[in-house]
Amino acid sequence: MKKRWYDTLWIASLTYLVLGFFNILFAWLGLLCFFIPLIFAVAGGNKGYCNRYCGRGQLFGMLGGRFGLSRKKDIPRWMKSKAFRYGFLAFFFAMFFLMLWNTYLVFAGAQDLKQVVTLLWTFKLPWHWAYHGTLFHPGVAQFAFGFYSVMLTSTVLGLVTMVLFKPRSWCVYCPMGTMTQLICKAKNGRKPE
Amino acid sequence: MGRKRRKAQVDSADCVACGCCVKVCPVRAIGIDRGITARVDRDKCVGCGKCAAECPASVIALQEVEE
Repeated sequence: MKKRWYDTLWIASLTYLVLGFFNILFAWLGLLCFFIPLIFAVAGGNKGYCNRYCGRGQLFGMLGGRFGLSRKKDIPRWMKSKAFRYGFLAFFFAMFFLMLWNTYLVFAGAQDLKQVVTLLWTFKLPWHWAYHGTLFHPGVAQFAFGFYSVMLTSTVLGLVTMVLFKPRSWCVYCPMGTMTQLICKAKNGRKPE
Repeated sequence: MGRKRRKAQVDSADCVACGCCVKVCPVRAIGIDRGITARVDRDKCVGCGKCAAECPASVIALQEVEE
């Protein structure tokens, strides 16, 4: 199959994670992974982002496929159930808004900037080397730490399910994928005819 | 008696429309229908099973159909 330019977007995903290790402010770029799929779904009524441009999916596909880091077993039935997918989306949303709230508190001066990346919503990893002070308000950095936490957490979860099940198992319960599919269903009608 | 051939069949209820199947189909017989589910063009499908192996949700199965 002919390789297209968008088949190399895994490089962008990898670069994003590396950049965030050195300067947390690059985490802001991750908003592209939120807004582009939404624009595809809302404006086009399709999942063009998942289908073609998702660099993270490509990264899992490559590591699990070509590099053989996946058992290539079927994902458990419960993980593809609507209850789990929608539940995970709701949980992700809740955690996301909690992150936005913490950002707001720093902006409002009610809380100090915490230079940590929170993995799996629990483990606080020191990450101070990625913050060198900035011309911007500390709240800008707080959002970056929070957003990078979201991205790193989802990458780790994706890697774990990549190893255990099929390479792109993350796609089954990816909150962005679930959300854009819901938007497409609402926009195009439930019956896929 | 018609010949029996294998064709890919998508369980639309559980399909997440990720498009992994589209990328591996050698004859472009599968596409994502309006961001909701994958859909197989049975006339084009050669029953190779690549999509079924790739599908992260394992919602594609090969079915024998008589032609």
